[in-house]
Amino acid sequence: MNLFLETFIGGLLAGTMYSLVAIGFVLIYKASGVFNFAQGSILLFSGLTFVTLLEKGVPFAGALAITIVILVVGAVVIERTVLRPLANRSPMTLFMATLGLSYVVEGTAQGLMGAQVHALDLGIEDVPVFIGDVMISQFDLVAALTAVLLAAVLALLFNRTRIGVSLRAVADDTRAALSIGINLNRIWQIVWAVAGITGLVAGMLWGARQGIQFSLSLVVLKALPVLIIGGFTSIGGAIVGGLIVGAAETLAETYIGRFVGGGITPWFPYFLAIAFLYIRPAGLFGERALERV
Amino acid sequence: MSLVESILTQAASALAPLLDVRNIEVIYDGAILAVADVSLSVVPGEIVALLGANGAGKSTTLKAISGLVVADRALVSRGEVHFRGENVTGIAPNLLAARGIVHVLEGRHVFGHLTVEENLRAGAFLRRPSRHEIERDLEEIYAYFPRLKTKRKTQAGLTSGGEQQMLAIGRALLTRPELVLLDEPSMGLAPLIVEEIFAIVSELNRSKGTSFLVAEQNIALSLRHARRGYVLDSGRVAIEASAEDLLGRDDLQEIYLGVATAP
Ligand SMILES: Nc1ncnc2c1ncn2[C@@H]1O[C@H](COP(=O)(O)OP(=O)(O)OP(=O)(O)O)[C@@H](O)[C@H]1O
Ligand SMILES: [Mg+2]
Repeated sequence: MNLFLETFIGGLLAGTMYSLVAIGFVLIYKASGVFNFAQGSILLFSGLTFVTLLEKGVPFAGALAITIVILVVGAVVIERTVLRPLANRSPMTLFMATLGLSYVVEGTAQGLMGAQVHALDLGIEDVPVFIGDVMISQFDLVAALTAVLLAAVLALLFNRTRIGVSLRAVADDTRAALSIGINLNRIWQIVWAVAGITGLVAGMLWGARQGIQFSLSLVVLKALPVLIIGGFTSIGGAIVGGLIVGAAETLAETYIGRFVGGGITPWFPYFLAIAFLYIRPAGLFGERALERV
Repeated sequence: MSLVESILTQAASALAPLLDVRNIEVIYDGAILAVADVSLSVVPGEIVALLGANGAGKSTTLKAISGLVVADRALVSRGEVHFRGENVTGIAPNLLAARGIVHVLEGRHVFGHLTVEENLRAGAFLRRPSRHEIERDLEEIYAYFPRLKTKRKTQAGLTSGGEQQMLAIGRALLTRPELVLLDEPSMGLAPLIVEEIFAIVSELNRSKGTSFLVAEQNIALSLRHARRGYVLDSGRVAIEASAEDLLGRDDLQEIYLGVATAP
């Protein structure tokens, strides 16, 4: 029973990391209806920028602030050079554009900062802590709390601020938003910046665990099943989807893995996602069109 | 020139048009000609009806004025739109909203997942009002549309068609427009609700002096509230006359609104 609980809780905590990555996708999908393939590269880029600054001797807070400024500037540049010229094109065109963008961002990151693995120490020790007699990792716990905090801040932003309401308005009906004077370009800039910052947080936490390296950009592949399960348009869905994927893959690895020779985690989330597609194509929290009853 | 005519000319020049559309042509996707040649004007404080059969080009004309043509991959390829004496052709819709033109789209287009009140608030953001101002403006709109107040916390997508139309108009009014482009407010609504909506539009026009350009299929009703009307046919202005004259013409139905003539 303890093994089960430990595996389950460990999986949930690891899953919050997937949630964090998925939230970045949801933000951009909501605002512009595009699956942003570049989110993984942005995550890598921001993590790499942060760790390079640290290595150059910039203090933690300074490095964080500079990275955030770079992300905000990057968001404005992307909006002006990629999104604005392609506005009103099909989602497929936009998707291809983000595909191209991911190579540009990745190339820039590695060109400027090299391709080697950087160790990142956030000062959170990965020691076991006991709750009752269930052992969990302190690092996972801190990471999970960070994810929860970030989600709470975003929820507050969306529901209580003018920018948040404007963003939801754009997500619901772009034309109507334009007709009442909402500046779509500015909303896109803000959303890409916020998605970049979520990416930074995710990049830092993942990076601290496995080093900041090229493979970070592949978290896109982890986010996809999370989004299919949770729905592309709901932050709550991204969180729950991440938890489900995290818990399910860890449990599967522990309990089924040994019968199939291990290595189950890379594909199990996809197996789960396909199962969900059969049962609930819109995802758990995906928005279906509202119909009056 | 007769005395009457000269007085009329003077009166017209004193009332420089708020909106002046000059010979516009609008093309979708670089190929589909939707509006061939439309000229029209609205003077301050007027309600003007824009009539015509399905596909005549009413909505496209309104989109050309509000700038929303870009969102449908269309272009004003000829002609100009002047607002308060300035050429505003091709200006982005959100900037035109800030200048005082607001477009209430055909089919209402409320923000379905936002509450009724959030929809209204979104209309006011443009002006960057203080909290206090927003509350006051909301109360003003609720006074015109009491039904919206009772539904303020309801998700807009779950309200009735009539309530959504009122919400779309109320939301537009919160931008403090000088000119409201109202596209088929009667679409799919019960006659009583349509009457109610037109009565409120007239009331807004009288009390706030807001001008309206209303595209409608419901000729009789819209002409009862409008001062003048334009009838579009295949992307051109076929008739331009006072509401009275238009109401008096019994050929309107048959000729321009695609109603089959009696055998
Ligand atoms: N988004 C679009 N893409 C391509 N063609 C369009 C588009 N919207 C309208 N059209 C075409 O432009 C012409 C005018 O359409 P418009 O919607 O302006 O007419 P309307 O008078 O508003 O008609 P209705 O009464 O049906 O609303 C039609 O031939 C229509 O097929
Ligand atoms: Mg129309």
